[in-house]
Amino acid sequence: MDGMVPLFRMEGISKRYGGVRALEKAELSVSSGSIHAILGENGAGKSTLIKVMAGVVAPDEGRMTLDGGEVTFASPGAANKAGIVCIFQELSLVPELSVADNIVISDPPKRFGMIDRKAQRRIAEEALARAGAADIHPLALVKDLPLSRRQMVEIAKALARKPRILILDEATSALTATDVAKIFSVLKRLRSEGLALLYISHRMNEIAELADHCTVFRNGRNVASYPAGSKSDNEVVELMIGREYSHIFPPKPAAVPATAAPRLEARKLSWADRLHDISLTVRAGEVVGLGGLDGQGQRELLLAFFGVLRGLSGQILIDGKPAAIASPSAARDDHIGMALIPEDRKTEGLMLPMTVRENLSFAALDRLSKAGIIDRAAEQRLIDDMVGLLAIKTAGLDIPVGALSGGNQQKVVIAKWLMRQPRIILLNDPTRGIDVGTKQELYQLMRKLADTGAAILFYSTDYDELIGCCDRVLVLYDGAVKRELVGAEITERALISSALNIHGEESPVGLGADA
Amino acid sequence: MKDWRYWLAEQRGTLLAFGIFIVMFVIYTSNHPAGFTANVVQTASNKGVLLAFVAMAQTLVVITAGIDLSVGMIFTLTNCLASWLVIGTGVETAFGVVAVLGTGLLCGAINGAIVIYGRLQPIVATIATGAVYFGIALLLRPFPGGSVNEDLADALTGRVFGVVPASLVVLLAVVLVVWVPFSRSVLGRAAYAAGSSEMAAYMSGVPIRRGKFAAYALAGLLAAIGGLFLTFFTYTGDAAYASGNAYTLFSIAAVVLGGVSLFGGKGSAIGAIFGALAFRTIGDLLFVFDFDPLWQPLFQGVILLVAVSLGAFALFRVRNRLEWFL
Repeated sequence: MDGMVPLFRMEGISKRYGGVRALEKAELSVSSGSIHAILGENGAGKSTLIKVMAGVVAPDEGRMTLDGGEVTFASPGAANKAGIVCIFQELSLVPELSVADNIVISDPPKRFGMIDRKAQRRIAEEALARAGAADIHPLALVKDLPLSRRQMVEIAKALARKPRILILDEATSALTATDVAKIFSVLKRLRSEGLALLYISHRMNEIAELADHCTVFRNGRNVASYPAGSKSDNEVVELMIGREYSHIFPPKPAAVPATAAPRLEARKLSWADRLHDISLTVRAGEVVGLGGLDGQGQRELLLAFFGVLRGLSGQILIDGKPAAIASPSAARDDHIGMALIPEDRKTEGLMLPMTVRENLSFAALDRLSKAGIIDRAAEQRLIDDMVGLLAIKTAGLDIPVGALSGGNQQKVVIAKWLMRQPRIILLNDPTRGIDVGTKQELYQLMRKLADTGAAILFYSTDYDELIGCCDRVLVLYDGAVKRELVGAEITERALISSALNIHGEESPVGLGADA
Repeated sequence: MKDWRYWLAEQRGTLLAFGIFIVMFVIYTSNHPAGFTANVVQTASNKGVLLAFVAMAQTLVVITAGIDLSVGMIFTLTNCLASWLVIGTGVETAFGVVAVLGTGLLCGAINGAIVIYGRLQPIVATIATGAVYFGIALLLRPFPGGSVNEDLADALTGRVFGVVPASLVVLLAVVLVVWVPFSRSVLGRAAYAAGSSEMAAYMSGVPIRRGKFAAYALAGLLAAIGGLFLTFFTYTGDAAYASGNAYTLFSIAAVVLGGVSLFGGKGSAIGAIFGALAFRTIGDLLFVFDFDPLWQPLFQGVILLVAVSLGAFALFRVRNRLEWFL
């Protein structure tokens, strides 16, 4: 950085949404040939900062300079033209169009005024290869691809625009470990080609591996800027949250005796070619983790319990009795008492335009109504309890839930189900993309629910969470349980080796020591 | 997967509509007293292209995840206008055709401007503009009447080389001149992208507004081509309210039959054309089987329901219930 003229500079940038200050005199400078990490809790202003850079949001005040000249961007298209390309956390792919259509969407190659499909195909293939995703067919429709593949397409699309500044906002959150490794080598190559990269992630190990320079944001201001590696993880986390960062995971109680009757049991559960002979038990008071690489059947397993999948073979037992769970509404019935906190809160968990109050009540309406009429007083009491219990920060119960921050939205999803006092709680990667402070509250809540007698099955892509929260962890690989880790056996090493299905022995296919 | 499989998957709706039409048309002609003759095909084609043009118009708007409830009224308005203007010497007639098509384009552009820049719901905006367009049509032709350049009318509703219906040739030309360039242009891509996911399209810097505007404006143009042809067939202009509304509703049916998704972003005008031709053939089938014409609406409704249900069969194969909602 020293002595070099920064490629891009932001000075005194402020942005307010209504009464909320998202950015307050923020500063940032970005240089060519470096990877710059932006850290901060959710709501610290990172997203707004990037939206300003990418032309999505106009700042209230402040100036931006590119190559020393002042610039303003009226639209994402204008920022793209200036060479600033952003890969957003919410995917910006058009589902009904093909991969190739999406990759060239901002500036398709033209011949005689029409889109040149051959050239488009070639550009798409090149971009996919550059992103290390040559296995994706350019003619496939985006809606038919799984989330992790879509994210690779998103990256290829950004590269096809030949950016000078590439912004990655939680771009690896849905990727499998192999893809993350590929993307990292791509990013390092881009850095050596002279690009400026801005990298936003909640994963400290990723930042440690990639970044040259870090800037920490808190409450809309940049509070610290330092060369990567000059501060310890603990120091960084303290900068982010501005308080002592310890005891993030609540202490685990003594193990539930193995003789206790299981609350939830699966026997030889199989479905399509995604689940194979899965048997497991979860007892009341236990937090059982599901580990493994992303996409090994964890999500399908939770959906199977929740009555979403058809054509399931094997048996599900509740309190030792076989149960036929035909739909989510059967699963939540009082005699089963199951709740599922879904992976994608925006589509499966919440009705974003509806109010916080309405969202909270949905799952419990039958309990709160008599002869079809909702008992408003009872509803209010229960909602007050939940807002208090989870410390949901909202300007009111009658504002759209979409106006809350990600962490608070997730709390609403959880509160919605807690209103039914579920006996079995299934969680599908509930902390993805939410801030450290909220995560910590969720860990404590999970333990509290288990202590009061709930059986919890918890899928997470974050190994630290599995280690910190779970009494037992089942590691899935290719739709089957490969290993069960109990108590002190749950270590990062054990989780990773069983996730890769190498089980401590020499791997026959030679996965390499990099894991 | 091989490239052709992706192509097949993309064209599934269009091919299905083509199949439905062919089956119906074969049943129709094989039971027709005159059989598969140039005359029978010409008559069927002349009836079919009217709805085909209006269905193409509807397709453009539906692709953007909108709906145009004024297409039938633009069709009626341009019919009335043509009965005044498309007459006289060659030059006068040519001027009349241009004026009629220009009017259609303008009507579509007004719809587009209101929906895009006024940010009104397409369904409400086009009900309102449709009423306005019909009002103008009524002022132009309080009673059915007027006339048209009969040489031109006969040429375009007759046969080329004595076999091929001229109206079909015009339909093909319109597909090549309007639909193919649109669907392969940046604006067309923008219309599809806006219909599939407007937010993603915006974030990608796609010219959404221009794409949607082009779709609405061209829809007006296509409806006007339909209105022009109606004049060629009937030699008169008629501000018929029921007929205008029927065309609007049938165009939606034809679009759905043709595999165009009402949620936007998916489908092709070519599918909608076959959807329109199939829908028209239903009525003709009743004729050859000597049904009372009173049965026609009921029968059309049943066939439409069956055909649309074909597309829903895939839902029975879904093993993950969440896919129902995608």
